[in-house]
Formats: sequence, C-alpha cells, structure tokens
Amino acid sequence: MSRNLIIGAGLTLFFTALAALSFLWTPYDIELLDIPNRLMTPGGAHLLGTDHFGRDILSMIMMGARTSIAVALVAVGIGMGLGVPLGLWAAARHGSLLDDLIMRGNDLVFAFPSLVIAILITAVFGPSAINAIIAIGIFNIPVFARLTRSAALPLWERDFIRAARVCGKSSARISAEHILPNITNLMIVQGTIQFSLGILAEAALSYIGLGAQPPTASWGRMLADAQTLVSLAPHVALIPGFAILLTVLGLNLLGDGLRDWLDPKIRVVRT
Amino acid sequence: MIRYALGRFASLVISLIVASIVIFAVVEVIPGDPAAFMLGVNARPDTIAALRAEMGLDQPLIARYLSWVGGMMQGDFGMSWTYKTPVADLIGDRVWVSLPLAIYALILSTIVAFPAGIYAASRRGSAGDTAIMGATQLGVAIPNFWFAMILVLIFAINLRWFSAGGFPGWGNPLAAIKALTLPAVALALPQAAILARVMRSSLLDMLGEDFIRTARAKGLTRRQALWRHALRNALIPVLTIIGLQFSFLLAGGIIIEQVFFLPGLGRLIFQSISARDLIVVESVVMLLVFTVIMVNFIVDLTYAAVDPRLRVRA
Repeated sequence: MSRNLIIGAGLTLFFTALAALSFLWTPYDIELLDIPNRLMTPGGAHLLGTDHFGRDILSMIMMGARTSIAVALVAVGIGMGLGVPLGLWAAARHGSLLDDLIMRGNDLVFAFPSLVIAILITAVFGPSAINAIIAIGIFNIPVFARLTRSAALPLWERDFIRAARVCGKSSARISAEHILPNITNLMIVQGTIQFSLGILAEAALSYIGLGAQPPTASWGRMLADAQTLVSLAPHVALIPGFAILLTVLGLNLLGDGLRDWLDPKIRVVRT
Repeated sequence: MIRYALGRFASLVISLIVASIVIFAVVEVIPGDPAAFMLGVNARPDTIAALRAEMGLDQPLIARYLSWVGGMMQGDFGMSWTYKTPVADLIGDRVWVSLPLAIYALILSTIVAFPAGIYAASRRGSAGDTAIMGATQLGVAIPNFWFAMILVLIFAINLRWFSAGGFPGWGNPLAAIKALTLPAVALALPQAAILARVMRSSLLDMLGEDFIRTARAKGLTRRQALWRHALRNALIPVLTIIGLQFSFLLAGGIIIEQVFFLPGLGRLIFQSISARDLIVVESVVMLLVFTVIMVNFIVDLTYAAVDPRLRVRA
C-alpha cells in the first residue's frame, strides 16, 4: 500500500467519522447563539473557537462535514446510477445512432460551464441542498458515461465476451454480468475523484448562497459568513477552508492510491 | 481538412441550438410573473397585463424563443426590464471585467504550469518533481474562493499591497490590472495545478516514444530531445486542457467576482436573478455558453491543423 493510499484513507475516514459522530453528539448545539462569547479564539471551552454569533466552530464543522459528504455522495450516486448504464448501453450498441446520441448529449453537457448551469438550476428552483445535489449530479453523468463506454468498448472485443454471446446471452446480460465487474475498479477510482469535486462544488454553491440553507450547517456558508470578519478573527475564515482542503486532498490521495493499488494499468480522466 | 472543419461546424451549430433551447426552457420555469414582480403587490391586473404586453410576455413561447435567438444573432440581446437599458450595453460594460480576468488568469496559470510541468517531467523522481507534484495536489484541493480570502488577508489587509476589492475601471490601466491581480491569482491556482500535471504526464508519455529514442540515438542529449521533439507533441493534450479551462475560468470568475466585489458578468447574473430580469439572465448565460463552445471549436480546428492524425479519427 502506498503512502498516498494511507494518508488519503486516513483523512477521508477522519472526516467521515466526524460527520457520523455529529448524528450522535456535537460539543455544542449549533443553533445556540451565545453573543457574549462570540469570535473566541481556538482553545479553552471551544476547541476551535466561536463565530460571530458565538456558535461553536468545531460543532459547525462536524455538521458541515455531514452536509458536504451527503451532497457530494448523492451527486456521485446520480452520476454513476445514470452514467454507467448509459455508457454500457452506448458500448453495447457501438456505432449505432443510439451510441452517437448518447455521446453527443455528453459533449453538450461538457460544453456548458458547469458552475453557470448549477447557478441557473439553483436560482430557478430555489437554493437548497437538494437542488445543489441535482446540479452537481447532472454534470457527473457524462463523466461516468464517457469513461464507462471507453472502458467497455475494448472488452467487447475480448474472447470471453464472444463466448458469452455464443452462449446466447443478451447484450444487456453481458453488460451486467461480464462488462460491469471488469470496470468496477475504474468506477471506484473515478467515483472518489468526482466525490472530491462534488465537495468543492457544494462549498462554492453554498458560499454564494445557493447551497444548503440555514439552519443546516455548511462549510461554504461558514466561509461566506466569515468573509467580512477575516481581519477581525482570521480563524473563523481559516478553519472551514482547511476542512474543505483536507477533505478534498484526502479524497484525491485516496483516489490516486486506490488506482495504483487496484490496477496500475487503468487511467482516470481528470479535468 | 475542409470536411473535418465542416463536420465540427455542424456540431457547433447543433450544440448552440440545443443550448439555447435548454437555457430558454430553464429560465421560463422560474416561478413568478416578472411583470407582477416589477409592479409590486398593489398593481391593478390591467396594468400588469399592459406591462406583460409591452414586455412581450403575452406572446406564445415559440415566438418569444425565436425573437430572442433572432435578436441575438443581430447583436440585439433585448431590453433589460429593471435597468431599462439594452442588455447588450449591460454586458458590454461588464465583459471588460470578466474577460480580462479570465485571460489574465489563463496567462498566469500557463506561465506557472509550463515550466513546473516541464521541470517535473525532465527530472522525474527527483526531489523537485516530488515537491511540484505535492504542490499540485494542494492546488487542486484548495477551494479558490477560500484561497482568494487568504490572499486578501495577507496582501490587502496585512501588507496593504493591494486593495481588498472593487474595480477602478480601465481609465487607468495599471490600476485596473492591479485590481485584477489578486482575483486572477486566486482563479489561476487550481488551473495551474491541473495544467502542470497534464504537462508532466503528457511529456512523460512522449519521452517513452520511439522517436525520442531515435533522436537520442542520433546523438541528441536528453534535454535537446525533450525541447525539440517531445515538447511539441506533448502540447496537443495540453492545448485541449487549456481550451477546457477557459470555461472553468469564466465560470469560476463568477464566484471570484463575488469575493472581490468586481462588477463583472457574475454580479450581473446574480442581480438579474434576484430582480427576475429573465432576459438578462438568459442572454448572459447564452453568451458564456457560446464563448465556451466557440473556444473549444477553435481549439479543435487548431490542432486538426497541427496534427493531421486528428482529422481522420474524428
């Protein structure tokens, strides 16, 4: 196991554990305003200090981890759930009109500046965590569809697939029983990377006020709130940023590590 | 080459048509009647109806779509309902913030990424390579709006080298460039990290090719082979990424504009969404998509011209 894999898995586990723990326990209630104790520096009763309303930053980071992970995870789920079948379908019907249609549709989604469309979607349907998930998820679909298709195509030329065909299996069954298991590793690695991009996107959307709404805690909104306080109490702005940075870094290292560990041959699209 | 270019052009036109339909459809779904919104709660129904007629909202959907698209083709982006000025003028003012910002960031990211990627590839496995790759890992993981806040904290608040935000206009070009510097650095960082990684891996791929071995066998040093033969070929994937990055820079700019209070297209979109000024939202988003699609089209054509193999494959 590589160093990347260990550090990445460690960071990812740490933030997942924080998020999981927040369901059972947080040091303070994040809806509790405590104005006399606002903008306290880290240490003492509040391990990471307090924000401008006197809310405990550690508790907010824990609740924010839950939001970030949930949004990014579901968005990856949408991308995989729709993208992988589409990619498999396109590969099974390689060269047909359907294949062309699926791939052109993908190109089109890629041509849109994703953030602009995410802003448009959240602006139209109202800012909420659900709409952030949909906006991020839509852009995961072509990533998985394209990757699945390009990984599945060479497999269709292999002898074991021909054997399956000769046995009379339909292309849907071949895709599910023979192609899919052979591209699972690749999907796991790409999933990790899309997960990290999803966390960044969620943070950006909630920073501009289009993500999860109060009272749901979110790292991006913590940063937006902290922006005017940056000279007064830098820790309020620094801590959520480090949380995002370390989570994304952890996931990226985990993705790289998994790739090398699972199969050194596979290559992952990264834009 | 002409056949290839025509093919790409046809798909460009289709992309633009589909994109315009999608944008129009999405914006039409925005709840709330713009006319009622503008006149306030006490407006009489007949006044609202009159304003709706004036804004063209009583026309059927298809007619409104066609007049919107037809107008844009002639440079007429419609009339903003809240600003009461042509949308083209609104865009014209703000494009001179957003576009220079994206280009500035693109230049910065290229200036940093090219040497870093080339150095890392030519000294693969060295401490310098490890350090550069580590830095790029950080670069892709940092949210750029947070990086922007840190830049403000260090260079504007503590050192007072730059102002924390705002834009003085192009009357004084030096001041304008100075005001765009921190935003451009923030915007460029993740793109530079990605570009450096692509540059490195693309060069490494090329260095393993037979023609490099031939060049070395001819007596070229490793460095000569890299600069004369590998780099040129490695630039193809790098160019693709630069083209893609342009869209990230334009879109990313929207958020960075918020951090630095820059009067660019991003601010215009946000203000128009909250004011239900649909025509502005539609037109600005369409303009952004158009720019991105055009840039990718030009990139495609450029390297079809550079690399004949790509014409056949497409």
